[in-house]
Amino acid sequence: MLLASLLGLSRLQFALTAMFHWLFVPLTIGLGFIIAIMETYYVRTGNEFWKRTTKFWMKIFAINFAIGVATGIILEFQFGTNWSNYSWFVGDIFGAPLAIEGIFAFFLESTFFAIMFFGWEKVSKKAHLLSTWLVAIGTILSALWILVANAWMQFPTGMEFNPDTARNEMTDFWAVALSPVAINKFIHTVTNCFVIAAVVVIGISSWYLFKKREDEFSRKSIRIASVFGMVSLVILIWSGDGSAVHVAKKQPMKLAAMEGLYQSTEGTPIVAFAILNPKKKISDMEVDSLAYSLQKPFLVNISIPQGLSLLVDRKMNSFVPGIEDIINGGYKYTDQYGNQQIALPVKERMRRGKLAVNALAAYQMAKEAGDEQSKEYALRALRENYPHFGYGFIEKPSDIVPNVPLTFYAFHIMVILGGFFLLLFGLAIFLDRKGMLTRFKWFHLMAIISIPLVYICTQAGWIVAEVGRQPWTIQDLLTTNASLSGVSSSAVLTTTIMFFVLFSVLLAAELTIMFKVIKKGPAAQ
Amino acid sequence: MEKSIVQRIWLFYYEGFKSMTIGKTLWAIILIKLFIMFFVLKLFFFKSELSVYSTPEEKSNHVIEQLTSTDN
Repeated sequence: MLLASLLGLSRLQFALTAMFHWLFVPLTIGLGFIIAIMETYYVRTGNEFWKRTTKFWMKIFAINFAIGVATGIILEFQFGTNWSNYSWFVGDIFGAPLAIEGIFAFFLESTFFAIMFFGWEKVSKKAHLLSTWLVAIGTILSALWILVANAWMQFPTGMEFNPDTARNEMTDFWAVALSPVAINKFIHTVTNCFVIAAVVVIGISSWYLFKKREDEFSRKSIRIASVFGMVSLVILIWSGDGSAVHVAKKQPMKLAAMEGLYQSTEGTPIVAFAILNPKKKISDMEVDSLAYSLQKPFLVNISIPQGLSLLVDRKMNSFVPGIEDIINGGYKYTDQYGNQQIALPVKERMRRGKLAVNALAAYQMAKEAGDEQSKEYALRALRENYPHFGYGFIEKPSDIVPNVPLTFYAFHIMVILGGFFLLLFGLAIFLDRKGMLTRFKWFHLMAIISIPLVYICTQAGWIVAEVGRQPWTIQDLLTTNASLSGVSSSAVLTTTIMFFVLFSVLLAAELTIMFKVIKKGPAAQ
Repeated sequence: MEKSIVQRIWLFYYEGFKSMTIGKTLWAIILIKLFIMFFVLKLFFFKSELSVYSTPEEKSNHVIEQLTSTDN
């Protein structure tokens, strides 16, 4: 109970911090590029209008950056205090990308930030423009290394476990940095940031149009943001498709939870709209299998036949495993090396995981006793069973199922809102082309409402990625509960409350200052 | 007399900070936040659990014990 409480609190604290951090980061990344595009117009045309426009959005960028900067460091505090087993276990794989990120963030951003904000009258137009672009590029390079580290947790590769240190050691930097999951995650996340910034620019500009203010500024800002947003969203959707393919191969349970898929068939359908049956529980299969199978997964379900098979395998009749299939194993799948395999039941993986964990203990004992033969034997057992190491910490098969309702609804909210933003950008481009951007109040309201919606969308995406991969901190190798430190739950509760207060104050400060600047408008530049 | 590169960099930042309006508020927020994070939270609430061990071997042994002590 204590462990469950500590685990729950530690996860709550991490989620709170990460979600708060993610309120600020995407706007900084996306807005940096929109500003750079606007300033490019200024340098190319020499029109002072673009300079004023750039300076206004730069101010919004600065507010967001100032409030959000360093909030991510709190996550690193938590690694050491709440998740010390995890921090040690990931070894230098997390350290190297985060160190590179720190160098980029410090040198590139801080140097060119100063020129961007202080250098308007001090350096040439082109030097200033270069700085603005370098700040924008610096933000995505920083993000790249964080995402590489995150992708490694979802798809561990390019490393070897050292039984002497209990650390995973990087054996192939490029396998880690250029893993297909990392590349896809990077494209998906960065284009997500671009979409957020585009929606924020359209939303704020629409507020001015709603108030019949700043006509030219708003129309031209919307023009740039809508095209930028539309291009980004198309790439975002394309990378989302790639993400689904990777998830299907590397984290099939996450995909099953995203789709509320319990028992599958060949030619697996995809859910277009559904309401989950709240009575459908994942219980331990042996104990409660009858009750389990009697409950239907959905109360309402509209599906597209064979859609999921087509999406993840590009074949109409392929088999995409459901939750129950994954627990029972026995289905054919293609592994990461392209080989056909038969999926192992979770119980078998648990057995092999326990063998691996016990082999690690036996290795240590043999090392202390100086028994080379036993050490060699234990090492062989550890190496053979290491791909299942994390299953050694699983108590029952149903423990490998994430929170299905949360993952399912978060995924579908994300997809529905993605479609909504496609409509928003399309409408903005159409109305701009027809010279009707100022005319329709409903469009202005739609754009203003889109600002909170785009944040809900991105947070939903984060929930899919992180809740959907539970119970793993490192896929198949380390569970969330095995990652915990031995801190007291009251200490975690105290710091969680402190973070909540700190973050609420920061968010209130951000919104207050931002509203003030927006109210004054670009004319104040 | 022409200013040295160091003087020019100093003046660049000095004048930049001096001319800021809203930026001063933002800098105040950044500094207060960093103070709370590093001098309150990190110092008093977020000590690394492994920092009580002085050598990497001790840290390894602690983590191995944690990972293998569960009922396997």
